[in-house]
Amino acid sequence: MTRSRPSESDEDSGPTTTGGGGGRGRTEMRVIVPLQGVVQGRGGLVLGSVIPCALFYLLQLYFKRHRSEPTPPPQKLTEVSELNRSLSRTHLPARGSSAPACVSTRANSIVKSSDSPFYVGLKRVSEDPYDELSNPEGVIQLGLAENKLSLDLARDWLAENAKDWILSGGGSSGPLSMGGIANYQASDGLVELKVAVAGFMSQVMERSISFNPSQIVLTAGAAPAIEILSFCLADTGNAFLVPTPYYPSFDRDLKWRTGVEIIPVPCRSADNFNLSISALDLAFDQGKKRGLKVRGIVISNPSNPVGNLLNRETIYSLVDFAREKNIHIISNEMFAGSTHGSEEFVSMAEIIDSEDLDRDRVHIVYGLSKDLCLPRFKVGVIYSSNENVLAAAKKLSRFSSISAPTQCLVISMLSDIRFIQKFIQTNRERLQRMYTKFVAGLKQLGIECMRSSGGFYCWADMRGLIRSYSEKGELELWNKLLNIAKINVTPGSSCHCIEPGWFRCCFTTLTEKDIPVVMERIRKVSETCISPR
Amino acid sequence: MNHSRSRRNPTREPDFPTAKPPSPGGSSGGGAGAAMRLIVPLQGVVQGRGGLILGSVIPAALYYFFQLYLKRCRSAKPNSNPPSPSSSSAQLAELSRSSSRSNLSSRGSVGPVRVSARANSIAKPNASPYYIGLERASEDPYDRFDNPDGIMQLGLSENRLSLDLIETWILENLERSMIGGADGNLNISGIATYQPLDGMMEMKIAVAGFMSQVMGTTVSFDPSRLVLTSGATPAIETLCFCLADQGNAFLVPTPYYPGFDRDMKWRTGVELIPVHCRSSDNFALSVTALDQAFNQARKRGQRVRGILISNPSNPIGNMLNKETLYSLLDFAREKNIHIISDEIFAGSTYGSEEFVSMAEILESEDFDKDRVHIIYGLSKDLSLPGFRVGVIYSFNTSVLAAAKS
Repeated sequence: MTRSRPSESDEDSGPTTTGGGGGRGRTEMRVIVPLQGVVQGRGGLVLGSVIPCALFYLLQLYFKRHRSEPTPPPQKLTEVSELNRSLSRTHLPARGSSAPACVSTRANSIVKSSDSPFYVGLKRVSEDPYDELSNPEGVIQLGLAENKLSLDLARDWLAENAKDWILSGGGSSGPLSMGGIANYQASDGLVELKVAVAGFMSQVMERSISFNPSQIVLTAGAAPAIEILSFCLADTGNAFLVPTPYYPSFDRDLKWRTGVEIIPVPCRSADNFNLSISALDLAFDQGKKRGLKVRGIVISNPSNPVGNLLNRETIYSLVDFAREKNIHIISNEMFAGSTHGSEEFVSMAEIIDSEDLDRDRVHIVYGLSKDLCLPRFKVGVIYSSNENVLAAAKKLSRFSSISAPTQCLVISMLSDIRFIQKFIQTNRERLQRMYTKFVAGLKQLGIECMRSSGGFYCWADMRGLIRSYSEKGELELWNKLLNIAKINVTPGSSCHCIEPGWFRCCFTTLTEKDIPVVMERIRKVSETCISPR
Repeated sequence: MNHSRSRRNPTREPDFPTAKPPSPGGSSGGGAGAAMRLIVPLQGVVQGRGGLILGSVIPAALYYFFQLYLKRCRSAKPNSNPPSPSSSSAQLAELSRSSSRSNLSSRGSVGPVRVSARANSIAKPNASPYYIGLERASEDPYDRFDNPDGIMQLGLSENRLSLDLIETWILENLERSMIGGADGNLNISGIATYQPLDGMMEMKIAVAGFMSQVMGTTVSFDPSRLVLTSGATPAIETLCFCLADQGNAFLVPTPYYPGFDRDMKWRTGVELIPVHCRSSDNFALSVTALDQAFNQARKRGQRVRGILISNPSNPIGNMLNKETLYSLLDFAREKNIHIISDEIFAGSTYGSEEFVSMAEILESEDFDKDRVHIIYGLSKDLSLPGFRVGVIYSFNTSVLAAAKS
């Protein structure tokens, strides 16, 4: 019955085939008609499902294969010279040319990715650094948030005390002696160092919070701390919400090896670049639409590059938001001890300390690179009360353990409470002084800075100096500043700022004598590019 | 059956009305009346001219939705949806906190916030005897006087035999080396500020010289091909990230150092394929076994990116002779894969056999240098595991660039 139908419809329904033949010629008919037979036959559904599914599957396979196997170009073999290898080797040229070994795709993308102006600028400075006496034409570094203002204090302490530490350490056979520390230690840091760091954090954050040493995991610097937290809180393909503008290296630390995405949450100059919950909400929903599962928010407090402090209200509303969406908060508090304004610094640790409900959600990243002027000692801290995170982070810390001698040295430095107190105070004063001078200098040139209360930098509004209100215009200005004025500043586009024309200028690598030099250089460039606005 | 198709084929006559039961001819055969009613319209669709289109659209759509569903299932955690007070609680923040918060707690329990799946698998306490033993020994360590009934640690490869020599040297020289002499270059204040991430040049030169000394002075190591890491553990992990993508695999001759399972797999997503060696061969590596393992992997669809060997091997202590190294190199070239040579015990040989490093083999070859990477560190040969000094040595510029970053 069913078979007969095709045949009966063949003649009449030629012009109305489902294949959309329409009015075609005879030859096409011959092709279409058998096809139509298949189409209309009982096998229609079966074939119709099997064929497309098979095609779809093969297509996927093809894409998968195509993507993962870059075909290496054949390489011609060089001559064989060794006599004792000749036997096996002579077979090889006959077998065919060998291809060069390929590295992984992630290595390739890492190698290609260092083109951001942030890194280019850093490189230029390291090649041609400014020195007042020996290289006055060099590039002045305003792009690296490194604090040299109080380095002399640290240096003096080390000069005086390291000797004692070494002499006393060598003789005894206790855990801090050279013999004791040379052996394998716990990968997440010596207990003594955790205690010392917890004490330091309490001092620096000037609140009556006490940090619990058993909730600390020490890492070799803050970058591995952030990366480990990223591994612990998110799986590949998940995402973090990060308010922009943000520290350029987040793109590396949070994303490179973890496979996690960053969803930027734009903040505007109209709000003083403060974070708004509605923007977070919007970004969260956008992420959901894109199919990205948001696992957490990464905030910096004081923020980098703007220098804002989060007030208590914002912190509480952030925590509420995180609770509502059931996500984590990573609070990067690296500059907590480097506040220089009159605003009060509120740490996320207060949440961890007091609120029982949300303690497991909040994690703090800290380090000694900024507040103690010791970046190359590579001491970073993860502070969390979430048992799972701590357990996983402890195990992952084996990939970035701090060297034992460094730990001992830092322990003795942090245990010198008097020195630390004096250091923190002096450091703050110097930061305040430098900040005021630098911002005043820029103001004289007509460049306003966003009001900030922390960090080593100021967020300068150079929108009046860029030719076109776009990223291109901003990069043009950055280029001019780097190559003509020879100062390295960080353009807002490297920090993913949505408004072009903002630049981060770090003033902590300068001495007070350098400020006029910097201003002079900026003035030269600004005179050439004042655009009528 | 032509309810929707009627406009397409006006010449067709409905041979049998759609809703009437008694019209076999499809796959329905003899069913009950009710079933017929259901099947017949379906049959009509099935047998209709639209058969192929519907027949392709429907299964493809189902397949697609099925994949989507699986994907969602896999990535979504079974979260208990928190009752959403949403933005109203933010507005309440201006009032004193306590009142709004007590409201929330009474509103109902919120699901616990989840950590990532990989954190969960990493955090699980390890059931392997290697780790359990290490833990037990560290809890109850043997001491001749204090704790003669404690556990003697024979499970940790840490060398304390020559630690006294190191201690003496440090006592005498540390002051000078850390505080610095006339040239303030290496003094501690100079090093407190930012330095290259992969190690100071002076350190690289020193380590390269040390490696030459230790490996028999016939090989020279180029400092610019070194990347320093904090210990050999991150060195191996970084190499894995550089040489393999997620899901790829490395061939590793067994028995191997238990830590490889953790260092190479935890964060990288790389698999390890064991290549079995037998006591009848003195646990020496045979290229046929490698070949077999490679082919098996290929059948399973795993892409092998390299071979990881230890020389001297851990835990056996064998050294690979020149022949084996050459044939390994040939094998790697043939299959177009990398070789990672973990030579961390290179300076700790004590027999009459001579140690041959991969670097020595490469010195005599002009090509294939891009394939071989050496891992080294000061933890074993210099008894300084706590100092965290590890080395990646490679000729491959891409690997060096990525590892440095």
